[in-house]
Amino acid sequence: MSTHTVSESNLINEYAPKRSFLAFFQRWEWMLVGLILVDVFINMRLTPYFLDARNLSRTSSDFMEIGLMMLPMVFIIITGNIDLSVASNMGMSASFMGLLHNMGVNIWVAAGAALLLGTLGGMLNGYLVSKVKLPALVVTLGTYAFYRGLAYGFLGDQAARGYPEAFTYFGQGKVFQTLIPFSVALFLFLAVIFGLVLHRTTFGRYLFSIGNNENATNYSGIPVAKIKFIIYTLSGFMASLAGLILAARFGSTRPDNGTGLELAVITAAVLGGVDINGGKGSMLGAGLSLLLIGLMRFGMGLMNIQGQVQGIAIGMLLILSILIPSVVRSISATGKNINWRSAISALAFLLIFILFFVFFFWSRAAVIASV
Amino acid sequence: MQNSTPATQSIRSSLSNLLWTLVRYREAGISIFILLLVFVVTLRAPSFLTMDNFNDILLNISILAIVALAQTMVLITHGIDLSVSAVIGLVGMMVAFVVKQNPEMPVILAVLLGMTLGAVLGSFNGLIITRGNVPPIIATLGTLSIYRGLVFFYSQGTWINSFELPKNFKMLSKGTPLGLPNMVIIAILVALAVYYFLNHTRTGRDIYAVGTNPDAAPFAGIRKERIIFLVYVLSGLMAGLAAVLWISRFESAQTNTGAGFELQTVAASVVGGVSTAGGVGTVPGVLLGALLLGIIQNSLTLIRISPFWQLAAQGLLILIAVISDKWILSRVERTKK
Repeated sequence: MSTHTVSESNLINEYAPKRSFLAFFQRWEWMLVGLILVDVFINMRLTPYFLDARNLSRTSSDFMEIGLMMLPMVFIIITGNIDLSVASNMGMSASFMGLLHNMGVNIWVAAGAALLLGTLGGMLNGYLVSKVKLPALVVTLGTYAFYRGLAYGFLGDQAARGYPEAFTYFGQGKVFQTLIPFSVALFLFLAVIFGLVLHRTTFGRYLFSIGNNENATNYSGIPVAKIKFIIYTLSGFMASLAGLILAARFGSTRPDNGTGLELAVITAAVLGGVDINGGKGSMLGAGLSLLLIGLMRFGMGLMNIQGQVQGIAIGMLLILSILIPSVVRSISATGKNINWRSAISALAFLLIFILFFVFFFWSRAAVIASV
Repeated sequence: MQNSTPATQSIRSSLSNLLWTLVRYREAGISIFILLLVFVVTLRAPSFLTMDNFNDILLNISILAIVALAQTMVLITHGIDLSVSAVIGLVGMMVAFVVKQNPEMPVILAVLLGMTLGAVLGSFNGLIITRGNVPPIIATLGTLSIYRGLVFFYSQGTWINSFELPKNFKMLSKGTPLGLPNMVIIAILVALAVYYFLNHTRTGRDIYAVGTNPDAAPFAGIRKERIIFLVYVLSGLMAGLAAVLWISRFESAQTNTGAGFELQTVAASVVGGVSTAGGVGTVPGVLLGALLLGIIQNSLTLIRISPFWQLAAQGLLILIAVISDKWILSRVERTKK
């Protein structure tokens, strides 16, 4: 027995890639922690309101809808699929609850019905992806329009409002007189559960396995179709839960609530190190990236930067988070000899880039001055 | 059942064979769907089958068709360009600013400016994807929010309204010197150019080769990176053209111009038979896809479906089109065996 283990460990030593002491710190999660610290440091220097506990508490609940939808999205992206319909599903569920509330139905019954509808929406996605075998991008693009359309159909140009205080607690209330919003506590609780399922159960291993090689996983007797159905159903349920939290936070529902949020959800997951091609990712990374995005947006908001302009920073962070490691890898792989051709094309690009922004600022100057 | 002699049976089977071979061409499947829809709608609203209404539909889908064709070239290489809507927003705003300050400027210069700016934005996408090895969906998701943010930064939140744009610029899309609105003619010319490019030039065929088998393409002497870079530049260029037409047609440039359009272009391509897995897609198919989306939108209004339910009906019809397409294909596969 002892000889067996020795030989096995020899084998592992022989074939495992060499890991230096630094490997542990080269994980993407540490990078995110570093970025968060840098962001906190910069923001602390720029504005005194940043490290205010009540401000932070209030702003943290703004990102919980994204967070709740991100949890199942991590599962889905790890299997190499995608769900573009989450934000529409969220709007549909919230609008359905608003419709029932306007009709005089008890708020808890309405909330339950909305959860059911959202879950059914997720099941439809799951059925079309796993049984009809349509590409996930195509299916969820169709339901993206369909669910948002149902939201408009339910409420039209009306808004639902006047939810009872017991319900708005889910979006606005704090846990036990502390400063922690209920929605944040709910998110943290669910994030731990989703993380444990992903990293500590066979189901989680199956998700990675599907993402790495779906065919091989299928031939190993793992019920791939069933697993896909389950995660899309889960995504629908979480989207409608996010819809309820959103309605409770705003105290009202409009059919266009959360339009475009699906891209924010995907951004958070991918920035957290979840590989868009499937097979890689961690729940901790996704959670940290949500924290980073939240702190960045909060800091920029305090400096009076418009939400859309904040998107420039988030978009650049998303691209750079993948671009820099891959460029570093390719430079270290090809050595340091940069040939003439690539140098010239790099210069040409720099020139185009500069020209574009010279034109950008020149053409707006006169109009902006007149406003 | 009595008259099912061998002769009639063979006729029947050859007829059904013919039907299935017809259906095998995706264009035929979607054409049947369009004809059915036209038939049903005409029963409910006879005004549907008038020349005026047809003109209206063509005008509405011209911009969609141009950008969907660009999206198709990207999809064929197994990529995706989510940033087209933000390119439309940014280029539209920049061109509107320039046109507002230089009302005497020839319209063709505005068009060329839009296409150049679009191509530059597209080349940033291409650079990030080919040189930076960033997956297309991530790269263009990032530039989607960057370009949209730049629109706000550029205009400081202000809009360009109809009275600030010169008349000849506004007539660029709507004028009818050749019988049809200019915009429709431009869309037809773009479609012909893309058709020729994809089917009759070497680079066009290389685009299919890269999408069909990205690993084998380099061994066939195809410069994969160059082809991929090119499709993103073309996508930006065509989105830039669409941007100029857009602000000319709607006579305003707003900070949210084109928002959400990226998914419409993907929908038109996919309904038109383009595979998101790459390598598959034809120009006639995409044009039919855009036409189908246009007819759906138009007919829902004509048969007086409440505007609030129209988006849901559109989404549902897209799903039905995609599912029936899949079903027909699987039937064809079975009859082949």
